[in-house]
Amino acid sequence: MSLTRPLPASFIAAPRLALMLAPFVVLAGCRGELSALAPAGEAAARVETLWQIMLWSAGVILAGVMGIALYAFANPERERRFSTRRVLIGWGLVFPTLTLTALMAFAFVRGEQLLARPDDERGLIRVHAEQWGWRFAYPGGGESAGVLHVPAGRPFAVEITSGDVIHSFWVPRLGGKMDAVPGKANRLRLIADTPGVYWGHCSEYCGTGHAHMQFVVQAHPAADYPAALAAALAAAPSEQPAGLPVLDQRPAPAERELADWAERLFAVLGLR
Amino acid sequence: MSSAPTADRALSLHAELQAIYGPPAGRFGFLAATNHTAIGIRFMGTAIAFFLMGGVLAMLIRAQLSGPATQFLDAEAYAQVFTMHGTVMMFLFAIPLIEGFALYMLPKLLGARDLAFPRLSAFGYWCYLFGGLILTGALLAGAAPDAGWFMYTPLSSKPFSPGINADVWLVGVTVVEVSAVCAAVEIIVTVLKVRAPGMSLMRMPLLAWYLWVTAAMMLIGFPPLILGSILLEVERAFGLPFFDPTRGGDPLLWQHLFWLFGHPEVYIIFLPAAGIVSTVLPVFCRRPMVGHDWIIGALIAQAILSFGLWAHHMFTTGIPHLSLAFFSFASLLVVIPTAVQIFAWLATLLKGRPELSLPMLWVLGFFFVFVSGGLTGVMVAVVPFDWQVHDTHFVVAHLHYVLVGGFVFPVIAGLYYWTPQFTGRRSDRGLGKLAFWTVFLGFNLTFFVMHWTGLIGMPRRVYTYAAGLGWDLPNLVSSFGSFVLAFGFALVLLDMAVQWRFAPHTERNPWRAGSLEWAMATPVTNYNFASLPHVDGRDPVEADEALPARLAAGHGYLAGATAPGRRETLAVEAMGGAPDHLILLPGPTLVPLAAALALTGAALCFLFSLYWPAAGLAALFVAAVLVWMWQSGLKADPQPIDIGRGASLLPQAASVQPPGWWAMIFTLVFDATVLASLLFGYLFLLAVAPGWAEPQLIAPDWGIAALVVAGLGAMWAGAAGAVRANRHGKLRELGIAALAAAAGGVLAAGGFALIPLTLGPPPTGHAYAACLAALAFYGAFHAALGAIGAVFVAARCRTGFVSVLRANEPLILRLWCGYAALAGATVLGAMFLPGALAAS
Repeated sequence: MSLTRPLPASFIAAPRLALMLAPFVVLAGCRGELSALAPAGEAAARVETLWQIMLWSAGVILAGVMGIALYAFANPERERRFSTRRVLIGWGLVFPTLTLTALMAFAFVRGEQLLARPDDERGLIRVHAEQWGWRFAYPGGGESAGVLHVPAGRPFAVEITSGDVIHSFWVPRLGGKMDAVPGKANRLRLIADTPGVYWGHCSEYCGTGHAHMQFVVQAHPAADYPAALAAALAAAPSEQPAGLPVLDQRPAPAERELADWAERLFAVLGLR
Repeated sequence: MSSAPTADRALSLHAELQAIYGPPAGRFGFLAATNHTAIGIRFMGTAIAFFLMGGVLAMLIRAQLSGPATQFLDAEAYAQVFTMHGTVMMFLFAIPLIEGFALYMLPKLLGARDLAFPRLSAFGYWCYLFGGLILTGALLAGAAPDAGWFMYTPLSSKPFSPGINADVWLVGVTVVEVSAVCAAVEIIVTVLKVRAPGMSLMRMPLLAWYLWVTAAMMLIGFPPLILGSILLEVERAFGLPFFDPTRGGDPLLWQHLFWLFGHPEVYIIFLPAAGIVSTVLPVFCRRPMVGHDWIIGALIAQAILSFGLWAHHMFTTGIPHLSLAFFSFASLLVVIPTAVQIFAWLATLLKGRPELSLPMLWVLGFFFVFVSGGLTGVMVAVVPFDWQVHDTHFVVAHLHYVLVGGFVFPVIAGLYYWTPQFTGRRSDRGLGKLAFWTVFLGFNLTFFVMHWTGLIGMPRRVYTYAAGLGWDLPNLVSSFGSFVLAFGFALVLLDMAVQWRFAPHTERNPWRAGSLEWAMATPVTNYNFASLPHVDGRDPVEADEALPARLAAGHGYLAGATAPGRRETLAVEAMGGAPDHLILLPGPTLVPLAAALALTGAALCFLFSLYWPAAGLAALFVAAVLVWMWQSGLKADPQPIDIGRGASLLPQAASVQPPGWWAMIFTLVFDATVLASLLFGYLFLLAVAPGWAEPQLIAPDWGIAALVVAGLGAMWAGAAGAVRANRHGKLRELGIAALAAAAGGVLAAGGFALIPLTLGPPPTGHAYAACLAALAFYGAFHAALGAIGAVFVAARCRTGFVSVLRANEPLILRLWCGYAALAGATVLGAMFLPGALAAS
């Protein structure tokens, strides 16, 4: 019977799919310093859960669609009686409406929880972005550059502004990003669960220094925060914030063959 | 019945028509070609050349990102490369390929000899080519755009991009967009009017529906980008601060205008490809498409919804959360019509007897890649999740799944599907399968991993990164995969070359498809059909297997030419498809090329700040267009022309609503969308912009208002009077009325010019004043064009092109003048109302 006929040899989609999903599953435990999948605060953790839910639902839907298509190809002669109208209404209209409405409602509630609140006004830290660096001004006066000092275990709110072009403030392990738009002041509410260093990166293209526009968030134990902040502000501002990877901004001498080759290619293309 | 005379007749018809519709003789004859087959092939060939170029740029990107701290490109070169990769793929590959495909395919699909406006397509092609050359020339000169294909202000504004790079983007892309708008009007009018008799809209192939909806979206989707580009270029060149927050502008206005275009753009790219799937899939399932009417409904819904979700590209710009919820909801809503199409395809597969041919392999690849892209699209439409992954490599992966899956895979399916129609050859040996699997694996290797790269924090558009962040391995895998992918595309090209050159000849219609392009002789003829069919159902070739032979033998309409050497095709009633009139088509001409050269020259002069030569070339462009329009029409009242099968029709000059009239309607739809975008920008700055430092609103000047209103009124009344006079055959009065309209237009244009010159503060000081200048320019420009048109019609009348029977030109003038008057009044109100309200 047609049902028992094997699939064409070229179709190994199912195992391949599993293979490709593997990194998501295996590496989910990996702790990248800028990884949104390694949450260190409530906001990021909520999004991480959302991601897990969406990933698995999407996997099921994709497998279903491909399964149906491959089944049809594998059994071309089989006569199938079903109402196409019902398929179109049920799967085309009702199914996406239900799943998406549920997802939407869930996500809206989650989004509300991440927003800045009126009572944030008191402890608002002002974040100012400029090509290509970050400055942080604290409510009690004082400024730091490249390192943002916050209390751990307690929500903090930032107000983000820009002095030139659009940048975006993003600390993946703590939560979502918010743009620094000239002429606007955007707010974001985050929390770091435990003391530690969390990395941040500009995530809106802002010119040739974009790749280097990083910063760190230093979360101090809440009880020590005022003292730690004062000490940090009193110390001389360092060129390179502790813990950040050093990226050489100058083009290195073209030592390697590849670089020579690129040089030549670009001369030909007229890019240099 | 003997077949010998039939064959002789077919051969003689072929010889006659092939000569008439062929390219003009001479070494440079190809420059004058207007035939849709030639123009369509040029569009597609050029687009594929740009695709290869965009691919090389992608290779450079992947080479640079293959490892941490790679010293391959520096930041500046990398910026040019990623900007040009996006720009080339979007503006020089995807959109023009669709245009070329539609221009090539539509007359064949609809049973016609050519498009409604062959010269317009030729003009569009030259604009596309020249605009593309401006952009790629800049790349070769090392001055390519480098602020991203999205060109966000203020990074793309003068202070932060002082070089010519950004101007190249704005000017080059705008010249290319001219071709998109031309193609949109061409496609819309052709589908509505230039079909085989009997082909009602519901009998029309689904692909024509898809292309029609796509063209309608282009007509409405491109104006915000064109307007935005003009405003930004004016800001850069003359300092009018539309987007500068320090002088009352707002950088977010650019993002709104850009994404008002940019999101529909995704569907503009997807819909024609989905149309290919809806064409190829039922043929290889041996049954008609399930849910034919559902699909039409779904794609119209998709087109409309896609205009309501532009802000989902702006979730992180600080827009209020409730607005975000609205755009998020709209983004999810658009999934529904997509789901309807996907399940209609699946149902067709289940109901039919699917055959795994090479085109179907690509359709299957499309399912996997596009559905994956759609699912990640749902994810990024969810606001909190987008706040994490926005502007990371997750989005890069998502958009490539959508665009490559939703466009490139179906396009290659279509390429394999229509190759026998195009070349008369067919082969699906192993090379094609190998090419598919190489592309499929290379693609997924490159981009599946990239979701992960983004989730672990790698932002977009960084030219380098440090080791130790977990990004090294996934980037290396992506880079490796991208080279596999490039190799796969090379295999596809190689396979195509082999097939086109060496594959065995095949019979006509090897797939046993039902649509009319398979009724043509193969390889493709210049004239499409020796005689035009009468269509009684959705799949005419399937319903009547003898149809191709009968058409070739001249048993349809318009067997041969009705006058020696004349190009012609039939126009039908838009809805029902009854024969309406005969379209006399223009032959080869150099005027479109001249017009495109003048326009490109003007743009280039503007680019190098040579404003007076630019103005001179712009005037030359207007002159070329007037010459172009002068070439059409008839100097004497025509008699009905015998079109065969016992029917006679008048030519379009004597028709009530010829294609030209419809073209004006849709041009005005485009124009009104430009105005709506401008008013949106004005109101946005007035109401929302943060830096709007309470400008000094101008008080209405009733004298100027009266002047403008009187001018606009005279222009409209004059145009209406011209129509009335012509109805009674009073040609002298027609001329006088047209000249009165021209005078009114000049008066109104002058009045508009006075507003920024005398009332407004200097337009460089504040965005409000800059908006006033833009609005006044819009009003003056339309009134001035109305004046030129009115003088043109008066001259045409004097020369004998207008009569009671040939009444189109005054009617078309009335459309324009009516619109210019309404738009002018709207603009006037927009300029004076805020001041009047503030004063009261």
